[in-house]
Amino acid sequence: MGQYFGKLFNQLGFGNKEVRILILGLDGAGKTTILYRMQVGEVVSTIPTIGFNVETVSYKNIKFQVWDLGGQTNIRPYWRCYYANTDAVIYVVDSCDRDRIGTARDELAAMLSEEELRDSVLLVFANKQDMKGAMSAAEVSEALGLPRLKNRQWGIYKTSALKGEGLDEGLDWLVNAIKGT
Amino acid sequence: MDNASRVRIWVNMLAKRHTWSSTMHAGAQADALIAGFHAGGDAAVGAWMCWPNHSALRGGPVSRRLTDSERSKPSRRGLIAKMSWKKDEDTDELGALMNLDHSAVLQEARMFNQTPIRPRQSRLLLAKILFLLYRGDSMSTNEATNLFFSITKLFQCNDMSLRQMVYLTIRELSTISEDVIMVTSSLMQDMQPKSEITYRANAIRALCKIVDPSMLSGIERFIKSAIVEKSPAIASAALVSALHLFNDAKDVVRRWGNEANEALNGKALSQGPSFFGRSSSTNQVVSTSNIVQYHAMGLLYAIRQHDRMAVLKLVQTFSGQHKSGGSSWMGGSGATLRSNMAHVLLIRYAVRVMESDASLAPQLHTLLEEWIRHRSDMVSLEAARAVCQLQGASGKQLTSAVNALQVFLCSPRPTVRFAAIRTLNALARTQPEAVQPCNVDMEGLITDSNRSVATFAITTLLKTGNEASVDRLMKQMQGFMAEISDEFKAIVAEAVRSLCRKFPAKHGVFLAFLASVLRDEGGFEFKRSAIEAIVDLAKHVPECKEAALAHLCEFIEDCEFTKLSVRVLHFLGEEGPQTARPTMYIRHIYNRVVLENAVVRAAAVNALAKFGASAAADAALQQSVRVLLRRCLDDREDEVRDRAAWALRMTGDGAMRGKYVRDDSTFALAVLERKLVEYCANPAAAAAGSFSFEGIPRISRAQEEEMRDRARVETMDAVLTGSAISAPSKQAGGGGGGGDASAPGTPAAGGAAGGFVDAFEQQAQYAAKLNAIPELAAFGAQPLVSSCAAADLTEAETEYVVRCIKHVYAGHVVFQFDVTNTIPEQVMEQVEVVMEPEDGGSGLEPVVVVPIPELRCNEPGSAYVAFERTDPASFPTAAFGCTLKFVVKECDPATGEPMEGDDGFDDEYSLEAADLGAGDYMLATYIPDSHSVWEALGTAGEVVEVFALAAFGSIEACVASVAALLGMCPLEGALTPKSKAAHQAVFTGKWMGAAKTVARTRMTYQKGAGVTMELAVRSEDPGVSELVVAAVA
Repeated sequence: MGQYFGKLFNQLGFGNKEVRILILGLDGAGKTTILYRMQVGEVVSTIPTIGFNVETVSYKNIKFQVWDLGGQTNIRPYWRCYYANTDAVIYVVDSCDRDRIGTARDELAAMLSEEELRDSVLLVFANKQDMKGAMSAAEVSEALGLPRLKNRQWGIYKTSALKGEGLDEGLDWLVNAIKGT
Repeated sequence: MDNASRVRIWVNMLAKRHTWSSTMHAGAQADALIAGFHAGGDAAVGAWMCWPNHSALRGGPVSRRLTDSERSKPSRRGLIAKMSWKKDEDTDELGALMNLDHSAVLQEARMFNQTPIRPRQSRLLLAKILFLLYRGDSMSTNEATNLFFSITKLFQCNDMSLRQMVYLTIRELSTISEDVIMVTSSLMQDMQPKSEITYRANAIRALCKIVDPSMLSGIERFIKSAIVEKSPAIASAALVSALHLFNDAKDVVRRWGNEANEALNGKALSQGPSFFGRSSSTNQVVSTSNIVQYHAMGLLYAIRQHDRMAVLKLVQTFSGQHKSGGSSWMGGSGATLRSNMAHVLLIRYAVRVMESDASLAPQLHTLLEEWIRHRSDMVSLEAARAVCQLQGASGKQLTSAVNALQVFLCSPRPTVRFAAIRTLNALARTQPEAVQPCNVDMEGLITDSNRSVATFAITTLLKTGNEASVDRLMKQMQGFMAEISDEFKAIVAEAVRSLCRKFPAKHGVFLAFLASVLRDEGGFEFKRSAIEAIVDLAKHVPECKEAALAHLCEFIEDCEFTKLSVRVLHFLGEEGPQTARPTMYIRHIYNRVVLENAVVRAAAVNALAKFGASAAADAALQQSVRVLLRRCLDDREDEVRDRAAWALRMTGDGAMRGKYVRDDSTFALAVLERKLVEYCANPAAAAAGSFSFEGIPRISRAQEEEMRDRARVETMDAVLTGSAISAPSKQAGGGGGGGDASAPGTPAAGGAAGGFVDAFEQQAQYAAKLNAIPELAAFGAQPLVSSCAAADLTEAETEYVVRCIKHVYAGHVVFQFDVTNTIPEQVMEQVEVVMEPEDGGSGLEPVVVVPIPELRCNEPGSAYVAFERTDPASFPTAAFGCTLKFVVKECDPATGEPMEGDDGFDDEYSLEAADLGAGDYMLATYIPDSHSVWEALGTAGEVVEVFALAAFGSIEACVASVAALLGMCPLEGALTPKSKAAHQAVFTGKWMGAAKTVARTRMTYQKGAGVTMELAVRSEDPGVSELVVAAVA
């Protein structure tokens, strides 16, 4: 019941409720770096996340409650424990890692098929654009099979967490997308 | 006393600790209390109560067991949870807490998944969950895991008190739930230097519970810096966590020694942010406990415990606290221990150094004496206790310790009095005269308001008191028996029991006391102790036998414990027939047949049978007993009827009766039990035939009695000392076993009998070990004969210590080599013994060699070599030259792990020769009534030979060596010649565990000519006699 009221608030411009966001993706894609770039605006040194980090991020007077879940193979099975009540998923992809883009696609597909995430918005960050040989947003989108997604509002942005590029654009899209639902 | 009652004593003690610890923390904020208690509470309380080890510090065995045992009451931590509750809720809520429903609480836990988080409600719910866990509710892995993942969602909320509860709950769930590593990242986040102190300290504690050793190197850096952190909360959290981690990740934690050392020597920080407070909060509590030093001391010791020099240095560093005269022998650096608890630990470590290296003892002793004068009670007590427990402390050394304890006896604080009297009590068991100076003070404590103190005072006085004071003591005890718990009543009864032995002249007083306590209410253990005390009296003080039996009769008239009734009935059956008026007891016994349950009735029938069979019984009495037994034939219970029928048959048959009454032997019960269990467990054996009593050794009743006595003394020791010291266990042996001079023909009593009985247990252990090796298990269910004493094949104090034990199977002989590696720097691998026959050995074919795969320092292992006897009819003897062959690898002395990349090299070590003699085929067993066996065997199988043994200088030496060669059981007096000129000795045994063999020797000694011995052997197997005689030749 409360959930529905929550949704209602969301549609009316969020009210006091925080927007719940999951940052997912394979290990080493840059999830934790993105989280702290968003929160403190700086690049912090990170180590592989065993478990999760959760932070509250304010962006344009909207409070996001951001969950950054570890991407290592042994942590991925636990992603699903955190799906409930998620408004949006930010899926981070290492644009230079052509070898594992297939794995990234499979994990994404498995995640999106979960009932609990039926109504959440998907934002893909094609990260590490500062590196040479990075795939373009279109390439990543194609490799992940985004164009074939049905019943899902999605967006893809090329980002560089190190330089802080593309993140704001992505978040702007996200805010609008959530307001629109 | 069994474990349960020991645990109960702990709980009593613990109850006292509650009050202490809660007052200590009374000022602290309730929430912080929950978090802080884990650190300070556990360890602080542990050290204070003088537990024999410091496992409390580790939070390990002791505290764990306590919580287990306390499940029935609201547990310690449960109480704490409640205390935090009280602050928020009214008392009605507290009542509701007691009736919490497991599943309802788990339902409620869904709340954690909702957003936004409601901190207050969530915290309350966590408290409920903790309460359930502490109460002892079990949670399935699934439930716990679900709960755990819900709780992880609470990390999104930054409410401090909620987070603290989260840490706590995670710690508790860490052992039940799966996948707890999911919070690793979050906890690491919280322990970063930029977090708040409360977060950091608690996150470290929680993290060490969930981290696995492989991940430890990742957080090592943080923990190291936390150890040297200024804030005591963080530093001690890190230190305690390191201690917890030490068992699993020795290598990593060992690298933190320098940090621990720094923390130990760090400046006093008590003015800094306190243990419980927040750095910025207003309600700061200033910690004066210097807890960091205590924890650092514990960690440092854990890291360096195997390095004696390092521990010694640790002790030295802090030895110069009181610079007085000669104490600066080790150049105490003047570093000070501000924490008394750290000091207590230091004392324990010092004692361990003393124990391992006697040469340092005198110097450390001076130190201990100095510490006895320490201004803190805690330190002084610990030092005094250490001196009292030292093995072989001289009277002079004890004096100062006892003096200090004497002062503590008058302390206004019950805890101090308790610790002092407890120490004195332990000391009084070995050196009562040293404690005597305190008698006056202890008498004052008899009326102490604390019953535990009073009981210890009484039992100590009973040991130190003299005959004159006994009357007064008993009177005082009478007064307080009603007020003390059952456990202590049992202790008192035990004390009275040993007192009976000491002052037999006072039997009247004791008996009156015991009889009166029997009339009072009391539990089984206590009644049993009282009954045993009376039985003891009756056995050893003939004058009071009739009175004691009368009291026992009175007791069974109204006894609620079946076991005790049975015990008393048995004893009446033993002793009653010899008394002047057996009919009186018969009346009491028969009453049981009429009134009691089946078990007691059966025991009563047996007792009646003993009266009927007694040699003392006249015809009339026998007739009456038979009448009574005949009535028992109508009993409802099979067992009772069977016994009655058997008894009737037996009492009617003169010869059988004689045999029954004369039988002074019994089976070695431990062995019998083991064999029966084996028989029942193995359906094939059951199908093959009925159980055979052949292989079961027999012991005399005197031996059995002594064994019981010994077991009793040992259990008492264990109860009283918490099994900390292995006190000499033969205290009662001398007075007891020897007392009722056993008839000739029973095995030598005294120490020999004790060893003899031990041998059975030893053999059971051997059999278990042998059966674990498939090759050897194939030879038979267990060896027919195992040599009792191990033969040393090396000198003592050599690099490798090897002892040889021989096992004889039906067709095989197995040599067991117990090898100990005493070099810490190396690991031995593939250890085997190569045996070369030097002398004889034909007819023995080597079949199996079992090496020891790996042998670390001071962890003995067993290698085996097995031979087959090629001719079943011959029993070869041989001597073998033995060589130890093995691969040596270097290792880290601290861990015992072999160095990587070291392939090792082959090495050999020559041992002394191992012999196989005829005696090794002989099972030394007691044969009852050896005289008639001797007659029955007849002269057909007899071999007699006369030896002139000029080499022996005395009969004693001769008989000892003959006994060793024969490998048979010496009967009473065999080993202790009464005359120097002539001696007769009888030995019994079973060849290959089966053929009864009796050997008789007569020897005479003449100066100059040595010993002349005639040896006559008779055996069921005629060939054996010759072999036995040949063994001596």
